[in-house]
Amino acid sequence: MDFLRPAGWEEALAAKAEHPTAVPIAGGTDLMVEINFDHRRPEYLMDLNRIVELGEWEVGEDTVRLGPSVPYSRIMEHLRAELPGLALASHTVASPQIRNRGGVGGNLGTASPAGDAHPALLAAGAEVEVESVRGSRRIPIDDFYTGVKRNALAEDELIKWIHIRKADGPQQFSKVGTRNAMVIAVCAFGLALHPATRTVRTGIGSAAPTPVRAREAEEFLTAALDEGGCWENGRAVPPAVARQFAELAAGACNPIDDVRGSAKYRRHAVTVMARRTLGWTWDEFRGVRRDDNGSARCA
Amino acid sequence: MRVNLTVNGRPQQADDVWEGESLLYVLRERLGLPGSKNACEQGECGSCTVRLDGVPVCSCLVAAGQAEGRDVVTVEGLAVHAEQRAAGACGTGTCGTGLDEARRWQALPPPAEGAPAAQPGQPVALAPIQQAFIDAGAVQCGFCTPGLLVAADELLERNADPSDADIREALSGNLCRCTGYEKILDAVRLAAARAQAATAGQGA
Repeated sequence: MDFLRPAGWEEALAAKAEHPTAVPIAGGTDLMVEINFDHRRPEYLMDLNRIVELGEWEVGEDTVRLGPSVPYSRIMEHLRAELPGLALASHTVASPQIRNRGGVGGNLGTASPAGDAHPALLAAGAEVEVESVRGSRRIPIDDFYTGVKRNALAEDELIKWIHIRKADGPQQFSKVGTRNAMVIAVCAFGLALHPATRTVRTGIGSAAPTPVRAREAEEFLTAALDEGGCWENGRAVPPAVARQFAELAAGACNPIDDVRGSAKYRRHAVTVMARRTLGWTWDEFRGVRRDDNGSARCA
Repeated sequence: MRVNLTVNGRPQQADDVWEGESLLYVLRERLGLPGSKNACEQGECGSCTVRLDGVPVCSCLVAAGQAEGRDVVTVEGLAVHAEQRAAGACGTGTCGTGLDEARRWQALPPPAEGAPAAQPGQPVALAPIQQAFIDAGAVQCGFCTPGLLVAADELLERNADPSDADIREALSGNLCRCTGYEKILDAVRLAAARAQAATAGQGA
């Protein structure tokens, strides 16, 4: 094994081009487990911690440009207003020690369907900017996950930035596990209301081979909210609409039975989380509007 | 490969380090500091918790090469670290805990009231959090204790008056299979209360 220690981004790209098998390491919270247990013995380890800008972020007008190595603990602390869904998801990652090291770049690089950041990125809307010596490109988050622990990165590419749309409305994240700390998701659900475009977006974790959006559920809810004039009148979502949304969300899942939970349980849990996160976000949206009329239904 | 890093305030060098080796292995097997414990090797248990540039991390998940040039505090250096923090920044250049001292580290009883502070390089009493763990009965088999001490000390460094929820959250990455955690929570509350009483006593 060789330990590559690029001091800067260009050097890292050159090293990755020269050694396509090099495995990037930043927080190490996934990779070191595999090495400790001898499940993986990469030919080259490439430490990205020396590249300062990968641990930085910039809040722009419409998006946050997030460095892939920004630890989850910093996202929780500094980006709660701009990226509420991702901040909530970050808070559920493992433990303080892990959140101090791990970042979104690792979640994306590993591309496990159980990565906690994925549902929040899908719901908020994001693009992954990747680069190689050949040039750079932006991959929409919807096209990034290509299979179980597979992503759209070419072998010479590294993740440079994650461009995440700033929240224009309430966002929520919900995760099912056997305890609060140190737990891998049995399944997870992210929901973002986008009042600016009068749309909703979702993200589901650990309930399909890749993280997925529940597109049918999004389209149904977007239409139902529109028809009911809900964005204007700010009334409560009718229970029948919430139920239908939740069932359509479960329909987007393609889960497996495994040690963490059965497929049936996962579908059921996604139904419950979809309904709850809709309630939470919609209540927050109505609260923001300050004209709530709790008893009235919008359709 | 060779790794240069600062451990407990002193520059150290580890040779013949395998590239896939963890910081924990370097600390225990190459520098002879077995205070940080090796249990799960997957970041689940927190017994290998150290400060890396001030931040609590699982040293089993830090590749040794990533620690090059970085600053590490282990449980062996915790008493000196806490003392220097209380006294303000170290300006003498002789602060920290050497490897030999760390290997031979033994707790001294707490200093008598009004006794002069220990000189740099001299053995020091337990860190307040260590003394609180003993007084509260928070140590049973002791295997999780070093990681818990490092995590709890860091909590009190940034939050002098933590709520129970703060304590639970800060220690949520450290597993203890003996105590049921209640005594550990007691110990952190005790250390916080003592620090506040001491501050109040100084009229600050």
